Parts: sequence; structure tokens; C-alpha cells
Amino acid sequence: MSMINYASREINCKLVYYGPGLGGKTTNLEHIYGKVTPEMRGKMVSLATETERTLFFDFLPVDLGTVRGFKTRFHLYTVPGQVYYNASRKLILKGVDGIVFVADSQIERMEANIESMQNLYDNMAQYGYDLTKIPFVVQYNKRDLPNAAPIKDLQGALNPGWPVEDPAKQREFPDPYHPGEKLVYEVDATWVERAPYFESVAVSGDGVFDTLKAVAKLVLKTLS
Amino acid sequence: MTGAGSWSLGEQDHHRITGHLNELLRESNARCAFLVDRTGQLLASAGEQLHFDPTAFASLTAADFSANDQLAQMIGEQEFASLFHQGEKESMYLADIARRVILVVLFDQRTTVGLVRLRVKQTVAELVKLFDEMFRRAAPGQDAARPLLEGADDEIDKLFGD
Repeated sequence: MSMINYASREINCKLVYYGPGLGGKTTNLEHIYGKVTPEMRGKMVSLATETERTLFFDFLPVDLGTVRGFKTRFHLYTVPGQVYYNASRKLILKGVDGIVFVADSQIERMEANIESMQNLYDNMAQYGYDLTKIPFVVQYNKRDLPNAAPIKDLQGALNPGWPVEDPAKQREFPDPYHPGEKLVYEVDATWVERAPYFESVAVSGDGVFDTLKAVAKLVLKTLS
Repeated sequence: MTGAGSWSLGEQDHHRITGHLNELLRESNARCAFLVDRTGQLLASAGEQLHFDPTAFASLTAADFSANDQLAQMIGEQEFASLFHQGEKESMYLADIARRVILVVLFDQRTTVGLVRLRVKQTVAELVKLFDEMFRRAAPGQDAARPLLEGADDEIDKLFGD
């Protein structure tokens, strides 16, 4: 839930990085932490196990600039990816303004990706949030690995799109991040919308900021 | 509801909140007090400047409270309206305000948990009234960010280099 603080002149928004275990959610935050100047970010908090697996969440606040004289402050959270931490995962989604789903591109992790995506829909629904109506982007991570599945297969399994019911929105909308592709399109007389997607290699930082900027922009546009 | 929505804290309300927090600190002899919303955002603070990151502190406070809420439900309670963490020198007392925000009070050996708890009870009642009034004032269904960011699309595009 975004909060406008007129006293400190800040717009605070909450972004959550979701996805299967060992998919690269924490690595996304670590890269952002390493690249953003200390004046533009706060302390990174990691509640992890001794083996550095996320136990509860990672947290990193970053400032992305000023709009209408208000500092835009994004609170980035990751959730624990491991299946049995669902109770803590659900808590982190409370009040979320935007979601990044970090998928593991490796063919062997397809099942885990699908399970985590389903879990995201279920947990959001329990708060009464509709994933198709809030800022949501998908990041296909680990694109550098030889066993990475083709984007087409990942899109088909994880981001097949949802029907667009509102007639006002039933018109083609190009994907600004992939020339020639569309985010809203008609197929078999049904209008479909897909979440924007990004390819990444989080360990080297490729695609990390593109993803963050896209979701942050969607969040601010939702408020405007 | 499709998403979490937004809300705002005006300067006047912030001033009133800080007034209540200062009064609490004066009468309980505690070191400092914070007000944190349930999503982990720091709303206001009063008292001594402490040497830690208040933003990280706020996010951990909300997580602490949320986790304890779940524990409460597991043992058949609806919630734990307050939490107490005791340290060797420093301690914390946390209390729920109208299920929307959390009051956190940090104190040391200059006072007692009994006095803090007693005085917090009064502040909670005052703040519940204030927040109820604030949320009633907000027009139902209207996004708090709308008046501020309406028509700011160009500025947002520019911010992200488009």
C-alpha cells in the first residue's frame, strides 16, 4: 500500500520479488545494493539461515528520484522461495504495490516456477488482491546457462496472459521492451494481456535495473 | 479491491501524532517512540536520535508484528495487541493501533516496563481516535495519491529516461 507522507515529502511504495527457491531474488537485491550510491539507498536487511537461504525476507529501500517534489522511495522485499515457508511468504505480500516474479530459466526448474506462480496467485487472492490488476512483471533469470529454456516456452508456461474483459482496453498495445511483440493482443477472438517480461543474469546484473525500473514505473503510473 | 491502494499522512496529522509521542516519552521516561504502518513504512518518530537505520527498523517491526499475529492465531487468539522484548539494557514495547499501525517504544533502566505499558495504553487510545478520524476523512474509494500524481505521466516517463 503506497503511502504519501506530506511531512517528509515522500511517496513510499512496496515491491516484492517472488519466485521459486534459488531463482535469484536475493541476487537481484544484492546487485541493486552494490550499484546504487549509498545516498540513494538504505541498509539491506537479510533474514537468512546459516546457509544463506532466505528465511523470512530481504529488505532494501531505494530512492528512484523525485516526482512533483516528492521523493519516490521504493521498499524492495524478497520472499523465501522454499515451498515450506509459505506462511512467511504470505506475510510479505501484505500491502504490496508491485510484484516481480523471478523465474529460474533452467529447464529442470520449470515445475518449481509453475508451482511458485500458482502460489503467488493463491496468496494474492487471499488478501483480495488481483494480480492481473496490479503492477506485475516477470523476469527470466539465469539466461546465461546452457540449460536455459527458450523464452517462448517460459512465456507459454508462466506468462500466458489473462483475458481482457474491459472493452476500453481491448486494443493492441505494443510491448515497449520488445519491438514487434505485444502486451495486449487478440487471439481466436479473445483479447489477452500479458505481463511485461525481462531476461536477466542477476549475478552479473544484466536485466536487473531494467526490471526494477519497469515495475517502479508501472507502480507510479497506477497512482497517477 | 484489486490492489493495496494508497493513503496519505498530512502535515497537520503528523504534527498531532508527534505531539502524542512526545507526551508519552515525557511521562514514561522512555528514550524514543516510532509509529510504523503494517506494511513496514515509518510514519513518525520522536525522542532521542538512535544510531541505527530507522527504515530497516520499521520494516523489521512490521514483520515482527505480522509473524506474532500468525502465532496468536495458531494458539487460538485473534491477535497479540502488544509485544514486549526485553534486553539486558534496552527494551522495546510494541502496541497495535486500530489494526493499521504499530507504536514502538524503546526504553532503558531509567524507567520500568510497568510504567511504559500503563502510559502506552493511554497513547494507544488517543492515537486510535486520531487514526479513525483520519481514515474517516479520506474519501471512500479515492486513492490518496491521485490528487498529487494526477497528470504526472510525463514527469514519471522522464524519471525513468523514456
